[in-house]
Amino acid sequence: MELNTLTCHNLIDLLYKKTISPIDICNSIIDRIEKTEKRLNALAHFDKEKALERCKSLKKGPGQGSLWGIPIFIKDNICVKNEMTTCSSNILQGFNPPYNATVIEKLISLDAVLMGKTNMDEFAFGSSTETSCYGPTRNPWDLDRIPGGSSGGSAAAVAADEAIFALGSDTGGSIRQPASLCGVVGLKPTYGRVSRYGLIAFASSLDQIGPITKDVEDAAILLKAIAGHDEMDSTSADVPVSDYVSGIKKGIKGLKIGIPKEYFIEGMDQEVKDSIKSAIKKLESLGAVCEDMSLAHTEYAVSVYYLVATAEASSNLARFDGVQYGMRAEGIKSIIDMYKKTRREGFGDEAKRRIILGTFALSSGYYDAYYLKALKVRTLIKRDFDEAFKKFDVIVTPTSPTPAFKIGEKISDPLTMYLSDIFTISANLAGIPGISIPCGFTKNHLPIGLQILGKPFDEETVLRVAYNYEQNTEWHKQKPNFTNGAMHHL
Amino acid sequence: MRHIYAILNQIMAINRDAVKYTADLARIELSDKELGHFTGQLDKILAYVDKLSSLDVAKLDPTSHVLEIKNVYREDVVKASLPAADVVKNAPSKENNLFKVPKIIDIEA
Repeated sequence: MELNTLTCHNLIDLLYKKTISPIDICNSIIDRIEKTEKRLNALAHFDKEKALERCKSLKKGPGQGSLWGIPIFIKDNICVKNEMTTCSSNILQGFNPPYNATVIEKLISLDAVLMGKTNMDEFAFGSSTETSCYGPTRNPWDLDRIPGGSSGGSAAAVAADEAIFALGSDTGGSIRQPASLCGVVGLKPTYGRVSRYGLIAFASSLDQIGPITKDVEDAAILLKAIAGHDEMDSTSADVPVSDYVSGIKKGIKGLKIGIPKEYFIEGMDQEVKDSIKSAIKKLESLGAVCEDMSLAHTEYAVSVYYLVATAEASSNLARFDGVQYGMRAEGIKSIIDMYKKTRREGFGDEAKRRIILGTFALSSGYYDAYYLKALKVRTLIKRDFDEAFKKFDVIVTPTSPTPAFKIGEKISDPLTMYLSDIFTISANLAGIPGISIPCGFTKNHLPIGLQILGKPFDEETVLRVAYNYEQNTEWHKQKPNFTNGAMHHL
Repeated sequence: MRHIYAILNQIMAINRDAVKYTADLARIELSDKELGHFTGQLDKILAYVDKLSSLDVAKLDPTSHVLEIKNVYREDVVKASLPAADVVKNAPSKENNLFKVPKIIDIEA
């Protein structure tokens, strides 16, 4: 049995029976990475000796922390003490944080094994993982296609069995969209559910860390591991954490599911539409009551997002100026010159574009027309959900309007790229939880994802609906076969 | 009403000078090529987001944050902080546990 292909809950069982050891799992992951990583480019930083060392230094178990001996990969924007953390950006080359993010402290305390960092769009600015300074990650289902983004490295690594599971971050869909495009499970928790301390900020009012896993049960396990109030993050909410794993196994009979008509738009992929319609039928056959409804302000979400998120990003990224960390341009004349040249050399195109757009939206004379207006429309989007959740337990939609697109297809047209987040952005603006789970394949064997959105802090119901659907379908058991396939664009 | 927004939109359309000015505010140096490139792209993005103009938001409060948190208080107690050497260890230039930058004030001038 190849251990790298298993889930966390499978491995926990085997570890308890003592039929395998943490080193066996670690070696199986390393073997896989050596075989597949050249084709995928899913990892930003990986040192197999270090991973093995961590594994060997575990306390004797099992019976230690709940994740004892389970390897995990971390998106490259989450700080790990004394480990390269670069957000896949040139400007942060050489940055080794002096502290751990809260989620990392939690994972260490549960005896999980930190394996390395996954590739991402630079500073999480993107929907394709093409803006990484380490080059694009490839989709394991078709190496000529993008894995989605910005947590594309985490999703591709999990889909390709280079990882058991991984952490991602989601500001406008960066966990759910790559999970959808790679055929895995991705959960964005409620804003405030998971501490952002040590997550290098993109848009502080939207960012959340969350799990990318092979099945829903693992997502429940990993959420439970990282969730909870943290005094180091004043926006983390003091709301009790449920035992998600036991919660998911209840049925969904009588549960009310809303199907928003605005998420079935003209121009979306017909195969995606058909898969979602079948998934809705499946949920009905499991006893849920599905009903058409409306989230009237959906069409404004992309506009609001690209003003609010870039405004916050322009402010958050001001700290990358060649003083405290990362690179500093050579041959500089003055301090202003140092800032400008360092940021010119250190940031890629998309980062520059977003910083400039955000600065523009916040600048004197345009603040009211762009930024403030966007915040007011955000109120309308949030109200749509508040109203909907008075009537429905969850809302079901497609995660992405299309399956994975080709590498290079959208990179030169930012607006087209932004529109690929059209179904995921609203959840961040409203702060609600959402999951993407596999719900089908196109005739070209590209995965399709189903998005389930829930009430604030009701991850339990979101996971429960996801689990019930998953356990009554076979999509999540499919594996990509890319190790012998042809690969272009190299 | 629509008509007024249409005029406003024309005034607000971004041009090369505005992009240059904004990039300066953001402390990013752009090449001429980048400037041309970004101006076209940003103009297209701003034209898209202008669909917000069709909504009447006069009576709405802005949502800058989804949580009901106004302020978070804690006891004012001194806690251990990171050692200074750890804090400056990632700096491209440092001296005596301080960040080192080019001269800011020119005394000669």
